[in-house]
Amino acid sequence: MPLAEILLAAMWICLTAYALFGGADFGGGFWDLLAGRAKAGRPQRNLIEHSIGPIWEANHVWLIFVIVLAWTGMPSVFAAISSTLYIPLTLAALGIIARGSAFAFRKVSTELWQQRLFGATFAASSVLTPFFLGTVAGALASDRVPPGIAAGHPIWSWVNPTSMVSGLFAVGTTAYLAAVYLTQDAKRVGDPALVEAFRSRALVAGGVMGVLAVAELIVLSIDAPQLFRELTAGRALPFTIVSAAAGVASLVLMWRRSFLAVRLSAALAVTALLWGWGIGQYPEILPGATVDEVAATESVLSANLIAIVVAGILVIPSLWWLYAMFQRDQRPAETVPDK
Amino acid sequence: MLETALDVQPIDLMAARLQMALSLGWHIIIACYGVGMPAITVLAEWRGHRTGDPNYALLARRWAKAMGVLFAVGAVSGTILSFEMGLLWPGMMGVYGEVLGLPFTLEGIAFFIEAIFLGIYLYAWDRLSPRVHLLTAIPVLVAGVASAFFVVAANAWMQQPTGFDVADGRVISVDPVAAMFNPATPAQTVHMILAAFMVAGFGMASVYAVSLLRGRRDRYHMLGFLIPFAVAAVVTPVQIGVGDWAAHFVADNQAVKLAAMEGIFETQRGAPLHIGGVVIDGEMRYAVEIPYGLSLLAHFDPNAEIIGLNEVPEDQRPPVNLVHLAFQVMVGAGFALLALSVWLAIVWKRQKALPRSAWFLRAASVSGVLAVLALEAGWIVTEVGRQPWIVYGVMRTSEAVNPAPGLVYGFVLVAVVYAILTVATVYVLRRLARDIPVPVAPQEADVSDYRIT
Repeated sequence: MPLAEILLAAMWICLTAYALFGGADFGGGFWDLLAGRAKAGRPQRNLIEHSIGPIWEANHVWLIFVIVLAWTGMPSVFAAISSTLYIPLTLAALGIIARGSAFAFRKVSTELWQQRLFGATFAASSVLTPFFLGTVAGALASDRVPPGIAAGHPIWSWVNPTSMVSGLFAVGTTAYLAAVYLTQDAKRVGDPALVEAFRSRALVAGGVMGVLAVAELIVLSIDAPQLFRELTAGRALPFTIVSAAAGVASLVLMWRRSFLAVRLSAALAVTALLWGWGIGQYPEILPGATVDEVAATESVLSANLIAIVVAGILVIPSLWWLYAMFQRDQRPAETVPDK
Repeated sequence: MLETALDVQPIDLMAARLQMALSLGWHIIIACYGVGMPAITVLAEWRGHRTGDPNYALLARRWAKAMGVLFAVGAVSGTILSFEMGLLWPGMMGVYGEVLGLPFTLEGIAFFIEAIFLGIYLYAWDRLSPRVHLLTAIPVLVAGVASAFFVVAANAWMQQPTGFDVADGRVISVDPVAAMFNPATPAQTVHMILAAFMVAGFGMASVYAVSLLRGRRDRYHMLGFLIPFAVAAVVTPVQIGVGDWAAHFVADNQAVKLAAMEGIFETQRGAPLHIGGVVIDGEMRYAVEIPYGLSLLAHFDPNAEIIGLNEVPEDQRPPVNLVHLAFQVMVGAGFALLALSVWLAIVWKRQKALPRSAWFLRAASVSGVLAVLALEAGWIVTEVGRQPWIVYGVMRTSEAVNPAPGLVYGFVLVAVVYAILTVATVYVLRRLARDIPVPVAPQEADVSDYRIT
């Protein structure tokens, strides 16, 4: 496999990781928004805050890797995407700022009005950011970003049927993943009421996702027929099937309270979806521009691939330690302190 | 692949530059704390373990808490910058993205390591033995310095673009390692990393200098002042030497930038050093001149030739007054901080106490602001002094900017968000600083739950 494809795959792995881990953080904000009034929602918010706490800053790096690998591996594509989709990307960027800082501020705030203010900012931007990132994905999927700097329409490139449905789909995905993850977290800290709360949320979100998935396919069939063909009859078909099957299985598993297994199946559904999209679109990155035409020079690709291998060696064990440390060894009493 | 930029409105170009300046100038301050603060905090923690003095432990915990906030804000404000590289400067990234990609990939790794181990350091304080906890800080320190190195190396490439060949507006061969280790990298990266320790050290010390001024002269506040101040004070004289090295580099490689820094228009031998002054109609006025000063400083030779701004057409000159003023501010602030450091060193050697004059503490309590001022001014010299080029001598900033309409509205929106962010950050940090400390209890909760009543 040539270097450009390997780099592209590495980028897509980072995108998947961002969707699975970062996505769950965003989804935490979604449920934070819906947790109700300050007092009633306190246990839920505490659990969300605790689950996101030590991990979320690390999750930004997946996104940074996606961006950096895009401009390193396919500079002209990066330039085309970011110049045409200037508006949704700016809004997503501001959402990331508002979300991250408000989350940190709320953590150290003691007064209720501050917690409310920062909490509302955190929660609202947690919903808006994935929406805008979803519209970007929709713009690419429906071939609305032509090669060249600012060559696409500044508005209609991302305000269109595919982008809108994809935006909602992204928000739904984050909410669904978060509910699934939080159910197991709630079980681990031993709070049956919270388990029930997040289980029912996961079931509702799962159902909504099913509806959204059908809607997405219908819209794609009209708005992005080429990708639709690949997803339903072409190379990407196996991924579509896996994604749909894993999605249905997740609902069943959640219903049967297999909270650990549903984590895996839900993650699989999202992963298969992203890779199905990627495979369905390959080798055309932008309309009329294939990977070979836009790839950076060989020396750049190989130098960055070496760097990525180094990254893997350094980061994966460290990340494993971080997750392991905070996923086990928690006494219920200290996990959700009564504040 | 790339069409050249169409008509970019001057206001949009200015908006893009201001947006980059704002978001980068903002992030750079937080990033300095990200680099310097962990080292200072670990120093306190380590002293606490060695001496058993609870004051050290308490300081380390409180700094860790502030660090958690600053790192979070730094992480997001840094993430935005990678967006903005493409949103604002697609013309540069579309062509040269691959050339300056490697340091950013490596920076990503360093940031990842920093984030992971900072997470462990902050949130697993009581789950780890003191020894292991101290050890988890080492990756944070190394990665913090490394990421500063990589980012500044990428910036240095924009000052001294090397390691690539271009044909027909497309990069055809690249040596990414040569691009990363371009001639500007050594001096610029060292200068920035030392600046980070100064900003963090003086900034943290300032908080305690205010407390000391208000009469809270207990050991806790003394140590809170002395530890970060000592770190910054040790770095300051070294930094002035490194600054001289960086200036020599500019003199040898970016003659126009040096001319702008000093407001030199005519090429001349035995050029004077200008202190103060303002350029009016292509002439430096009201400046104090030190004869032969510039030639001597820039080339160690009183008769060395200094290239003047008149050697290049007007559209290839940076805004002289801004660059000259910024350079003066940086040097002035740097020497003021040196004087403050020397003052404490002399008095401390004699009497093992702070200088008795209240002026020392008054000066120390603004030293953090002064260090930030020097940082921003130095950064203006580097970046504005590079104009009108975005890649020095290769690509103009106006060729790189996003030609999409309405960048100016994006800038306004970003400015509003940053204004709110600034207010919120300062407010939260001030609140954290105002909390009244309590003695360390034996059954401390972890830092996230470490409430101070």
